[in-house]
Amino acid sequence: MLIKDLIKLTSCAVIAQRMRSFLTSLGIAIGVAAVVLLTSIGDGMQRFVMAEFTQFGTNLIAINPGKTTTHGASIGIYGTERPLTIDDAAALEKLRDVEAVVPLVQGNAEVESTHRQRRTTVYGISGDMPHAYRVEVALGRYFINEDPSTPRAVAVLGSKLRSELFGSRNPLEQRIRIGGERYRIIGVFAPKGQILGVDLDDAVYIPAARAQEMFNRDSLVEIDLLYRETADVDEVVASIARLLSARHGRDDVTITTQQQMLDVLGSVLAILTFAVAALGSISLLVGSVGIFTIMTIAVNERTSEIGLLRALGGKRQQVMAIFLGEAIILATLGGLLGLVIGVGGAQLLTLLFPALPVHISWNYLIAAETLAIVIGVIAGVWPARRAAKLNPVDALRSE
Amino acid sequence: MIQLQQIHRIFKVGDQQVHALNDLSLTINGGEYLSIMGPSGSGKSTLLNLIGLLDQPTSGEYTFNNQKVTTLSDDQKAVLRRDQIGFIFQFFHLVPRLTAIENIELPMVLAGIPSTERRTRVSRILDAVGLAERAHHKPEQLSGGQQQRVAIARATIMQPSVLLADEPTGNLDSASGNDVVEILEALNQQGITLIIVTHDAALGARAMREIKMIDGRIIDDGHQKPR
Repeated sequence: MLIKDLIKLTSCAVIAQRMRSFLTSLGIAIGVAAVVLLTSIGDGMQRFVMAEFTQFGTNLIAINPGKTTTHGASIGIYGTERPLTIDDAAALEKLRDVEAVVPLVQGNAEVESTHRQRRTTVYGISGDMPHAYRVEVALGRYFINEDPSTPRAVAVLGSKLRSELFGSRNPLEQRIRIGGERYRIIGVFAPKGQILGVDLDDAVYIPAARAQEMFNRDSLVEIDLLYRETADVDEVVASIARLLSARHGRDDVTITTQQQMLDVLGSVLAILTFAVAALGSISLLVGSVGIFTIMTIAVNERTSEIGLLRALGGKRQQVMAIFLGEAIILATLGGLLGLVIGVGGAQLLTLLFPALPVHISWNYLIAAETLAIVIGVIAGVWPARRAAKLNPVDALRSE
Repeated sequence: MIQLQQIHRIFKVGDQQVHALNDLSLTINGGEYLSIMGPSGSGKSTLLNLIGLLDQPTSGEYTFNNQKVTTLSDDQKAVLRRDQIGFIFQFFHLVPRLTAIENIELPMVLAGIPSTERRTRVSRILDAVGLAERAHHKPEQLSGGQQQRVAIARATIMQPSVLLADEPTGNLDSASGNDVVEILEALNQQGITLIIVTHDAALGARAMREIKMIDGRIIDDGHQKPR
């Protein structure tokens, strides 16, 4: 039998039972549409979260004091770890392939302009910060050339804090008080937005040494380090570990690369999307039961036709191919209908809720359609085998 | 060309054994015109199915065109049916969703013959059975006689050597029944072996060789009477 004739013969049978075929396909269509919609939302979420995390760039390394490993005995035996200092940061700057180093001190303080007050986050940082975090200075300048050990009392405002304190007035060269100390405003950052609920625009930025004085501490919360994109991450991490071990007398810092964080996050989100796709596949399973049922009924209804085909010289495999072909056509058409509904639904969602991140992934579209076809094969095999195994004499006699 | 030797066919119906064919031997030569008659349950349909390779004898030897067919595989028998044997049924057995042409094409489709050749063969045979203008009608739009003529066209499209007809006029009025028989006899004139199973004594008597069956045995083999 020619493949062209097989397709013609099977599609003819599918068309002859229009309503029934449509309803059967609809079962598969709903399943495929569910998979497409759910994975589009899942994939969109994944991209959204990844974009949130990569807005600072991907070649960042965070260094935190202390080791996050479990020791067999009490930490007390080893003594407490040494804190990270501004001098550590300065030493790190001299490493190969390091582009920028940002010592970080963080706290909360009252910020007062002549008219208004606001309690907000104070970040003590260094001149490298805009480069490392990819922030733009919207107004004025940034404290790039401050001596890290004895910096002047200058501050840069986040865009939201600026509008809260000064509205539309020009804040440059204005005096403010931060935690009771007088600072001169030299610049305003461009809006950066929130990252996981932390509003970087509602903050004031001052030199790290100043912040240490203000919060009465001599350590840093964290050192962030930007390495050259061409550099090998592992080598950079190793050289940081070597340097800090030498300075501290032992390895007492935790080094986390942005890439590690992204990898973990990415795999978690991918599993989430996959789980959601699996949920959608349950409805595909229901659709497959529909195909199985209809094909079983079709074999019963057309028993005498099967007998005829055998009498006309049809081999068992040919009878099987005809009925299996029908199941596959039902599943394929259902799958295509599901793709249309799913993609249409995803686009409608984007239209209705622009905030909802929806991303249609070709991989999932192809996977969903393939799955639909595979389900058609699986659901169709048993009825088709039954048709092929019928005794031609008995089959011909049934009317 | 058809040789049956000591054929037994035993069916199991529940606990009982039904001896549908009992030690039956029969030789049919190429080009013969044969009728098989007998009451219901005499085994004539079983015999026809057996000759048509749809059924398998419980014991005995069947030789078709000098080929022992009792040992053939399922697929080999299917191919032999397709190329050598044409079936005509009482209830026509046309596929309702296919047009007359598509029904006639079915054996060629199963044989994998390309559509261009199919078209020329079908149009030739449609003229022969006088259905050229009904070619694109579905079975439900055709009369009983026309449906049976489509079935004859389908049975002969592969130019088989044997035509097996099971009550070919059983479902037709006498006029169209007569048309059908005349077509079958014309095919026999061209050399095809024609075997008709029937209840109808008048139809049976038209054959050149009348076989009467009772209880799975041939009780009368009225050999080669002159026409």
